[in-house]
Amino acid sequence: MTETLMSYEEALGSYDPALGLEVHVELNTNSKMFCGCPTEFGAEPNTQVCPTCLGLPGAMPVVNGKAVESAIRIGLALNCEIAEWCRFARKNYFYPDMPKNFQTSQYDEPIAFDGWMDVVVEGPDGEPETFRVEIERAHMEEDTGKSLHVGGSTGRIHGADHSLVDYNRAGIPLIEIVTRPIRGAGGRAPEIAKAYVAQLRDLIVALGVSDARMDQGSIRADVNLSLAPAGSDVLGTRTETKNVNSLRSVERAVRYEVQRHAAILSSGRSILQETRHWHEDTGITTSGREKSDAEDYRYFPEPDLVPVAPSREWVEELRGTLPENPTARRARLQAEWGFSDLDMRDTVGAGALGLVEETVAAGAAPQAARKWWLGELARRANEAGVDLVDLSITPADVARVQALVDDKTVNDKLARQVIEGVLAGEGTPDEVVASRGLAVVSDEDALSAAVDKAIADNPDVADKIRDGKVAAAGALIGAVMKEMRGQADAGRVRELVLEKLS
Amino acid sequence: MPDSAARVEITRDEVAHLAMLARIDLSDAELDHLAPQLTVILESVASIQGVAGDDVPPTSHALPLTNVFRNDVVTPGLTPEQALSGAPEVEQQRFSVPRILGDEQ
Repeated sequence: MTETLMSYEEALGSYDPALGLEVHVELNTNSKMFCGCPTEFGAEPNTQVCPTCLGLPGAMPVVNGKAVESAIRIGLALNCEIAEWCRFARKNYFYPDMPKNFQTSQYDEPIAFDGWMDVVVEGPDGEPETFRVEIERAHMEEDTGKSLHVGGSTGRIHGADHSLVDYNRAGIPLIEIVTRPIRGAGGRAPEIAKAYVAQLRDLIVALGVSDARMDQGSIRADVNLSLAPAGSDVLGTRTETKNVNSLRSVERAVRYEVQRHAAILSSGRSILQETRHWHEDTGITTSGREKSDAEDYRYFPEPDLVPVAPSREWVEELRGTLPENPTARRARLQAEWGFSDLDMRDTVGAGALGLVEETVAAGAAPQAARKWWLGELARRANEAGVDLVDLSITPADVARVQALVDDKTVNDKLARQVIEGVLAGEGTPDEVVASRGLAVVSDEDALSAAVDKAIADNPDVADKIRDGKVAAAGALIGAVMKEMRGQADAGRVRELVLEKLS
Repeated sequence: MPDSAARVEITRDEVAHLAMLARIDLSDAELDHLAPQLTVILESVASIQGVAGDDVPPTSHALPLTNVFRNDVVTPGLTPEQALSGAPEVEQQRFSVPRILGDEQ
């Protein structure tokens, strides 16, 4: 079914978008939220389960203290109030991803509430501009199992004969962070949504409370969107788009829903309040289910768990463990790295600040780290249609590639091939150098022989250089590099050419 | 829920709605029979609620405890064979369940 879309510009001429973002953060605790099962990603199905997370009779949940600590730290980092007393609640529903027939969550007593985050986006004049996103709440809950729908052609629910469920993920601690409706973003709604999730991810990384891998689902975003007629105060009917699992998709999904809503509203029809699924491959959303009213979940306080009442002393102690605030951090890093305002803005704009920081921490020079992430790697990410953070290369790998360049094991051209190998899953930079045979030839005799051959093959050029036209050396260096199949240090080749022809 | 003591009647429609949410298939005769009974139960609870003064906070728990936490330590669970031993159908070391319509979370 193809949806009619209105052009983005036209949609914004008639309507004001209101955004709401729900971000689920899977914590990186060793054990689950209410039991001692391990939480490793990618384990064989149903190998990380016990009577509690399988909802077997008689099992008793007990709260993971570390997860509460992480929840409080996330709340504080988002400038939230921390509840003096709060409870868990049962969210009742019938779907086999939770074998208990309910998810243990929090309802009207979240552990953190009333916060905000200042999101930095590029203003109309190219200068950084701050947009405040208000946080309604951050609450604790548990993740659900993973369903595999079989028999259908697409792996989705529709058309499936039956479903296979793996409960390894069921019970892993989640923090759900919910914004208040974000209004007044206008045409920048997609950009602000992406910047919010990106900055939230950076914050989560800085707090060290999650692996923060969107590609593995440890951060997942649901995008709520509604349109109001331009200038109106009333919020329109919203849709909730799920399965938005990359930063780029957050931006695309908002833009798509703005265009879809506008087309429906302008034709005089109304928006159905429903869940929609985002399809990364086609860049569209499709209808999921009609949204049920909150009371249909029949929330009630969880009788198997006692209330959580964090002492003010504990909260203050945790406040003392927070990382520095993002604005101060940017200023500090710029000073440490000696970046110009332009370099810094490009780095932040590319979502590479944390990546450059980690690459520098792994031993690379700041400018070298910036060059890789904003040059070769940005190009590769763009080609693959993913964000930098989603590339399968770590900052430590990038630092290692630069170290190989610095010690002249590889030249710039070979270094790009090393990067290509790492991205293709061929192993660490050193493994790629070994398996692809990429190290430059440091055998002086072989280099010298190649230079001699190049001089013999190009007598005219050699004469020019003998006459003092040093610029002509490029042709000979090119011939040598070709002879050595690129695996030579061009600087050293140049030295040899000039030595021999002086 | 401060106003629940005042409102004790549960209508037949409300019972039908709750039955639907709980996936309990009730006939018309059963609804006629159960709705008044549930009203009686709620009235009984309401009369107990009336005893509690303003100084008694509502509770969801009999124990006067807070902050019962575990350390974040992995403990042994079940083997996949044990975990799946009660499953009516198993495929690819997973619980096989009937086709799901509609309400994915």
